[in-house]
Amino acid sequence: MHPVITFAHNVLPFTKGWPDWVVYVAIVFVVAFGILNTLVAPLTGISTYIERRMAGRAQYRWGPNRVGFRSLLDALPVTRWIGRMGDIGPVKAIGRLIPGGLLQFAADGLKLFTKEDIIPAKADKFLFRASPYVVMAGSFAAFAVLPVSFNFRAVNFNIGIFYVLGISSLVVPGILMAGWGSANKWALFGGMRSASQIVSYEIPVAISLMTAVMLAGTMNMTDIVNAQRSGYGIEKAGALGWYVFRYGGLMIVPFVIYFIGGCAEVNRTPFDLPEGESELVSGYHTEYSGFRWSFFFMAEYSNMFAVGAIATTMFLGGPLPPYPVQLTEQLFGGMGHLGMVLRFLEGFAWFFIKSYFFVLVMIHMRWTLPRYRVDQLMHLCWKVLLPIALVWFVLMCGVRAVRMEMKLAAQPAVAEVTR
Amino acid sequence: MRYDYVGVLVYLALAVVFVLVGMTAQRVVSWFLRTNRPNEAKLSPYECGEEPIGGTFIKFNIRFYVMALVFIVFDVEVVLLFPWAAVFNELYAFYRMALFWDMLIFVGILAFGLAYVWGKGDLDWIMTFRKHLSPAEKVARPQSRKEVA
Amino acid sequence: MIAALGLAVKNPATWVFLAFAAVTCGSALVVAVSRSLVYSAYALLLTFFGVAGLYAFLDADFLAAAQLLVYVGGILVLILFGVMLTHKIRDINLSNESTNPVVGAVISGFLFLALAYVSLMTDWQVVEHPASATSGEIGRAFVGKYLLPFEVSSVLLLGALIGAAYLARREKREA
Repeated sequence: MHPVITFAHNVLPFTKGWPDWVVYVAIVFVVAFGILNTLVAPLTGISTYIERRMAGRAQYRWGPNRVGFRSLLDALPVTRWIGRMGDIGPVKAIGRLIPGGLLQFAADGLKLFTKEDIIPAKADKFLFRASPYVVMAGSFAAFAVLPVSFNFRAVNFNIGIFYVLGISSLVVPGILMAGWGSANKWALFGGMRSASQIVSYEIPVAISLMTAVMLAGTMNMTDIVNAQRSGYGIEKAGALGWYVFRYGGLMIVPFVIYFIGGCAEVNRTPFDLPEGESELVSGYHTEYSGFRWSFFFMAEYSNMFAVGAIATTMFLGGPLPPYPVQLTEQLFGGMGHLGMVLRFLEGFAWFFIKSYFFVLVMIHMRWTLPRYRVDQLMHLCWKVLLPIALVWFVLMCGVRAVRMEMKLAAQPAVAEVTR
Repeated sequence: MRYDYVGVLVYLALAVVFVLVGMTAQRVVSWFLRTNRPNEAKLSPYECGEEPIGGTFIKFNIRFYVMALVFIVFDVEVVLLFPWAAVFNELYAFYRMALFWDMLIFVGILAFGLAYVWGKGDLDWIMTFRKHLSPAEKVARPQSRKEVA
Repeated sequence: MIAALGLAVKNPATWVFLAFAAVTCGSALVVAVSRSLVYSAYALLLTFFGVAGLYAFLDADFLAAAQLLVYVGGILVLILFGVMLTHKIRDINLSNESTNPVVGAVISGFLFLALAYVSLMTDWQVVEHPASATSGEIGRAFVGKYLLPFEVSSVLLLGALIGAAYLARREKREA
């Protein structure tokens, strides 16, 4: 009996009468829908807001600070009366802590929704319309295996990380579809450059992820997370168990290579040549307007979050907290249902904090670093990252082999392994 | 279990449904608001305000093709190495260092391939003729990445 | 056997399988028949995706993901690059003068009947095997029974790499 179905039967007894597949589809649908409506759509909006504020900070100006809860209070007469309470000293001080402009993304979303949907006359109508589907499907399906909390994920694949690599390569033909369907020379150019960039950087990314897989001995994301609970021979290791700190810091290199490659995969600066605003307007999504464009936008930001999420899962322990997780396990274990909920929230909170930290780093990098030229980009991938990734992979395997040799030599009698 | 694949299908279907519902809603709203007023300027390809010159084709840049070819080879290498990495830990007690040398031979042969392609200049984005350049031409044409701006 | 068919139709897995099979065959038909080269290339995306789904039905999860990674992410991209970089590709109308629809239909009809007969008359062994960790088994095979093919495949890849790079290299033209 599949664990999801047993879980459903325990928690929601009314599902016992339903056929199995209906129960499974319903549960996964609820989880996926939840992820869609918390991690994809609103997170895109909030990330946009944070990005524009950070851009303002980098450029010594305010970001969006008008369309927010504060201005909403002033808009309606009733709430204006409530807002007058904000003139009282302490309330005003608290009000100042809330940044203005928080609802900018909602206003932008509404604007995009009401814009005219322009499809260029010469565009290939079918491909133009079909590409948001492919790109969104490729970006969103990677969320299926993410371990958002302890032993909690929508889909349990034995090939977890390999599945993520495979399904995110659905995005590449989608981008080519968008570039070609736009009937715009520059969109086509941007699409091809973007596709070639994503595709090149997949190799160092895959090799650095393979290094973490070699450490864990499995491709299953949940098992990789659980393998990071202890490290350096300490049972309750906390943050020391995370793969990024293993081998005395040697594993930082695959982590950095993964992060750089991940930035390149989502076309973020300094690798945003395909959408370089000074060169190609918007690259492959130049001709897309209104709501159709917002799907590409959502796909990009959710891809950023997915890259951060995979970095945390493979290298930073995923939902594991920096303090030893065994402590809270004992604490919450004895609290029954409430403990279960608290444990879920604890895992999800740490997972989200760590993943979103990477998103913030990516946003910061965008407004700090200049853009790579395309030949520099390819040089970086094929001549710097790929050799380093390969060498480091062999090195890590060698270190692991030597350590296992030492461990095996220390044991006087080794049990016969039958094959 | 089979159900896990269904989960993947649910995610894919949800993404597709999301886009579908979104676009349909947008269509309904824009029919309501009558935002659809196409004119020639809006329907022509966007070239930063200029009139588009020439058709929508670009000259064949072979570097895209070469890069995709090299990618495929290394992609297959990665695909073949993933199962090896997954069983390294559990099989080490049985095979000892032979397990490591297996991988080293595999990666080494392909590293040799990378070195060959690198040395022959197939990985350069800016392609230069390598043979038969007179010293004057070598000065005029950038020979390596360092000399490009 | 007809009873088994009846049972199978009630099973939702069958419907999903039929959907995947229809997607694969339909898009393969578009690839073969379409007049526009670009549409053929893009329909290949659906074909590869359908094949990955069929692999998943056989519990070959590693193979399905590898299919997506290599075929969709690599080979399809290569084909698309080739197609889209061809000069004036939109104006090319594919047509083959040597087609004869009648003969083609007869031959493929016979082929279809033969395959259908074989697949219906075979006594298929239905193995209800639990989902195994195929990547682990593949890994064990790579270092155990199939070590030599594993190493030889790297030589094959090396040959492919060198050959492809040679073919695509710009030849020095006389200045």
